[in-house]
Amino acid sequence: MLIEVENLRKRYGRGTPYVIDGVSFSIECGETVGIMGESGSGKSTIGQILAGLYPATGGSIRFRGKELKIPYKKELRSKIQILFQHPEVSFNPRMKLEESLCEPYLLKKKPCDRTEFLSYMKRFGIYEEHVKRYPAELSGGELQRMALARAMLMEPECLILDEPTSMLDMVSQAQMIRLLEQLQAETGVAYLFISHDRELCRKFCSRIHQLEQGRFTQTWTRAAGNELQKDLQAAGNELQK
Amino acid sequence: MLELCDLTVRFGKEGSANAVEEISLKIEDREKVFLIGETGSGKSVLLMAILGMLPDSAVITGRAVLDGRDILNLPEKEMRRIRGTKIAYIPQGSGEGMNPLLRAGYQIGEPRVIHQKERMAQAIRAAAGQLERFGLKKEVLRQYPHTLSGGMKQRSLIVMGVMEQAPVLFADEPTKGLDPARILQIVDCFAKLKEQTLLCVTHDLRFAQAAAEKICVLYASQAVEYSEKEEFFKKPLHPYSQAILQALPENGLQVSEGFAPPREDADAQKGCHYRRRCRFCSEKCEEKPPMFEVGTRKVRCWLYAHRS
Amino acid sequence: MKYNRSFYFGIGLLLIFLIMAVFAPVIAPYDPFAHGTPYLRPSVEHFLGTNDVGQDIFSELIYGARVSLTIGIVSSLVITVIGTGIGLSSACFGGRCDRILMKLTSVAMAIPSLPVAIVLAAYLDASIWNLVIAICITAWPSTARIVRAKALELMELPYIKIEKTMGVGGLRIIWKHMLPNLSDIVLTRSVLAISGAMLTEASLSFLGLGVLGQKSWGGILYYAYFRNGIINNYYWWYLPPMICISLSVLGFMLVANRRWRKVEVKGC
Repeated sequence: MLIEVENLRKRYGRGTPYVIDGVSFSIECGETVGIMGESGSGKSTIGQILAGLYPATGGSIRFRGKELKIPYKKELRSKIQILFQHPEVSFNPRMKLEESLCEPYLLKKKPCDRTEFLSYMKRFGIYEEHVKRYPAELSGGELQRMALARAMLMEPECLILDEPTSMLDMVSQAQMIRLLEQLQAETGVAYLFISHDRELCRKFCSRIHQLEQGRFTQTWTRAAGNELQKDLQAAGNELQK
Repeated sequence: MLELCDLTVRFGKEGSANAVEEISLKIEDREKVFLIGETGSGKSVLLMAILGMLPDSAVITGRAVLDGRDILNLPEKEMRRIRGTKIAYIPQGSGEGMNPLLRAGYQIGEPRVIHQKERMAQAIRAAAGQLERFGLKKEVLRQYPHTLSGGMKQRSLIVMGVMEQAPVLFADEPTKGLDPARILQIVDCFAKLKEQTLLCVTHDLRFAQAAAEKICVLYASQAVEYSEKEEFFKKPLHPYSQAILQALPENGLQVSEGFAPPREDADAQKGCHYRRRCRFCSEKCEEKPPMFEVGTRKVRCWLYAHRS
Repeated sequence: MKYNRSFYFGIGLLLIFLIMAVFAPVIAPYDPFAHGTPYLRPSVEHFLGTNDVGQDIFSELIYGARVSLTIGIVSSLVITVIGTGIGLSSACFGGRCDRILMKLTSVAMAIPSLPVAIVLAAYLDASIWNLVIAICITAWPSTARIVRAKALELMELPYIKIEKTMGVGGLRIIWKHMLPNLSDIVLTRSVLAISGAMLTEASLSFLGLGVLGQKSWGGILYYAYFRNGIINNYYWWYLPPMICISLSVLGFMLVANRRWRKVEVKGC
């Protein structure tokens, strides 16, 4: 069991309602778990808490049996990485991309060998012309692949994907998902895929949790079949807000 | 009836890349035409160009004929009479489409006050009626935008567009930031717009499939395909159309092309803009293809030269 | 021309005063401390006439640029360093540190700046450094607040969050990732601080609390007022220093108000 989340709760300040109200799930090594929910349901918050960016108000998170407490220890930090929805602001706009991408080498105290670096980047469809530039000069798809490359350079065991393709066009999205599948096959990294695209989740995840008002209301596993789709459709028609 | 003839928009000196290149499109009365394109394809710029809302540095050529009158490049005073009365603009609700300091009712009623010179109270009463028609409760009128969800804001903006009683509606990415349940509601709203002509810009293929009548695909400032919705989704003609439909998760997330080269290649501007990524690319593609007619459809690709 | 026209006009104004300050011994026709015939009107020998002890007003003006500009620039440096430091610390460390620093900022903002400056200038002896202290002590809060707001915005951006997740050290994040992206706003605030400090110095000098033994524009005005220059309408005495102060402040404001020339429309 790679990651175990038990009864996670989160609220912003005493007296405010819980944004996340008792969420429990687990991620095995090499698995792709999905979290689906409406905008504002708290799914991003779960991902960011797991990444160690925000403290949880209650509940526990275990990584390989060991309890995680903020601030995460340095060796642990590299094991869980995160990708966000907006690739245009996923890099320091004032730094050339090659410098941003070499930061993992600095952190791991390894020298950045240029040829090795460029051949690694090629797997992500990133070439020399890309890394020489500043983020503002590249498209969303290219930047998101570079963010993925940077995250994978940290050699994580779990990658949190917070709606990584919702800002990308269809073709870039498909390329990104294919790339993610390849990487998972090669490195055995686990994914927590947060999205509100029902079809995409069904194609990519082996298990999906539906988040509604801070709780998991349904879980779908690939083995079990199509129930989630029908239920979601019904839920969508009911909502007359 | 709105007809665009060779509409071209360019920012910057002569010779720099066009944001929108020679778009020609005929939109009949009460038709629902959807412009599909990625970020950077020029779709929003096109709407803004017709409405005369681009900065002064934009060079706009071509014609946009609305009911027999060319409204492109008209002086601001004339455009102000057209905006709101002839063409209503529906911005994105999830972003800054609404003024956060004014109540929703005030904003929805405002067009009537300005254009039809009604009194605000009267306008708000009319708004209440329209809101119910589009599935919103009257209470929305009294609320401030930050208390409304993205879906409610977007529907309020649609009501605002309808209140103006303009025959033509321009919608700019109405489903941006909305989840599938909300998108269904927007599709419902659009289905209720029977009297209006709609030109909607989006990158969401599923939304277009649900709500459009005609589809026009834009790639890198060029219009590459124009077709009826059913035919388009059953059998897309242009290689780019085929690529985006194949890439949909429902269709298996297929992608056959390599990664796109970095943008702003100077010579990528010549010829067919898609040739760098196209698996059918040949030498002929260095020359810009015209729009070929294939039955009632139009495609900008040399593959269809013999068919027209 | 990358920026707007008024920016270059501002730079031009500032260059004039900079040259005045740096090359004062070369440009000034007389030693501003040399006594002579008092109350002379403008003439060919004395462009702006002489003051109550016969010192050439034009030379006084040129040397005055040195003190006024120096105090302005030094004060601005101090204000910027303190303000940015406090604003950044508040944003990055958050929690109690943020609350304490913001309370401190609110208190400092509430204190009336000119009276405090007057009291301090009167109490401490009138050297350049003490004047700088008097000016800075209430001027840093606005910079602190603005930097803190912008830093908080930055911290919500994905790339900073990703840096944190990767385990990049706090100092590197601040130095390499936050400061460069704050540079725009820090520079603008520091230029505005120069003009603010110059106005405060001019006010203090006018009240006789300025730097003793050195010429400054406010100091010229002090003597113009207290030696009956204004009552007798010797406009060549009191107008030039006022114009210099106004023009240099204008120059700094125009530079701070730099805008890009072309308007970029984001693609869709």
